[in-house]
Amino acid sequence: MLRKRIIPCLDVKNGRVTKGVNFLANRDVADPIELAKFYSDCGADELVFYDITASAEGRTIFTDILKKAASTVFIPLTVGGGISSLDDFDRVLKCGADKVSVNSGAIADKTLIRRAAERYGSQCVVISADVKRQGGGYRVYGRGGRDDTGMGAREWIKFCVDEGAGEVVLNSMDADGVKNGFDTEMLNDVCSGLSVPVIASGGAGSAEDFVKLFKEVPFADAGLAASVFHYREVEIPDLKKILAESGVPVRM
Amino acid sequence: MLAIVDYGVGNLFSLRCSLNSLGVEAALTSSAEVLRSADRIILPGVGAFGDASKKLRETGLFDELKAIAKSGKPILGICLGMQLLFEKSFEFGVHEGLGLIKGEVRPISEVIPSGYKIPHIGWNSLDFAPHPLFKYINNGDCVYFVHSFYGADSPDVIATTDYGARLTAAVARENVMGCQFHPEKSGRVGLAILKAFCEVKP
Repeated sequence: MLRKRIIPCLDVKNGRVTKGVNFLANRDVADPIELAKFYSDCGADELVFYDITASAEGRTIFTDILKKAASTVFIPLTVGGGISSLDDFDRVLKCGADKVSVNSGAIADKTLIRRAAERYGSQCVVISADVKRQGGGYRVYGRGGRDDTGMGAREWIKFCVDEGAGEVVLNSMDADGVKNGFDTEMLNDVCSGLSVPVIASGGAGSAEDFVKLFKEVPFADAGLAASVFHYREVEIPDLKKILAESGVPVRM
Repeated sequence: MLAIVDYGVGNLFSLRCSLNSLGVEAALTSSAEVLRSADRIILPGVGAFGDASKKLRETGLFDELKAIAKSGKPILGICLGMQLLFEKSFEFGVHEGLGLIKGEVRPISEVIPSGYKIPHIGWNSLDFAPHPLFKYINNGDCVYFVHSFYGADSPDVIATTDYGARLTAAVARENVMGCQFHPEKSGRVGLAILKAFCEVKP
């Protein structure tokens, strides 16, 4: 039986891991390689590296870190942040990424997902969507949550999957950083019926939040979180034990 | 020396790093000569069967690998590399494989129940018969899969995984072995399988 995945996310800026609360006030946490190794040893099923630098220099630091991570930990690595062209895909895939997550890049260029899926395969292309409640519906935001795209979340994600995205990360901007649980309502409203794996992101504050996620959103394949893991408010071995005891299949 | 067949398909960075972490020197090569002189060979692969088999032919390695396999040298196919070992594949048309493993490659959609997502992505457990590849791991250990096709109708299956149906997870016929999952991405368990492959005697 396929196991539910637990995925720590590492936001990397200038060679360090940071985590924003509601996308603001980034605070320095730790060395990304050390943290990646720690998570892999603890039983993380996958890691996401998110490049939040904008400068060319920052990009180089980031790819160096990625290479080191890929030669230190042997679990799947997804990379996101500033991916807007096939050259960007190429750059991170060559450094050991297994999957590439696109967000604003796919909003700006609606052909990016199709072209990337044709070249690298759908299994390589992850659509990450920042979604917020608005006017009784769900709206997709771009540029790290700064731009309202005017697009409905369900339509956008379905479009991306039809174009060839092989996995969906739904990040609830309403839940992000609040640590009050995953946005199971949004997940069910926006991602039900998709033919590809769905990763829930935003809002994890406790082990129970993960149990609730997998119980209330049976089609969710993975739970992604950052600060609860970085600050060791949830330890992955404990989390997996609790999930297993609750009947959620996990890799021990 | 272990040789990883580099025929322009997929990313070999992680595979080489995982072998290096075991203290195994791995050469990426597209040279028939290097493959012939290697102690053992890994045939990786990501992408579509037709495209990969075409590239293997273009580089002249298709016939070379068949000949090397007959010499008794240990060969491990990974993911699409495992599928290439089969006799044929039905991925976007019908394509001839290396024929080193009996059976054919078919879409998992033919056997898994509706409601199961395709590709089969993620960690799933192995159910295996004793084999030198598995000497360091336990039945039920999890490995990382990413695939939409599987090895069907094969008497050479040595491990399966349950995804609503029994899917081929690993195959072997004498010195030729293959795993559908990615050992280089399967943490401790995957490294243990690679280590075991590196210890298989020619």
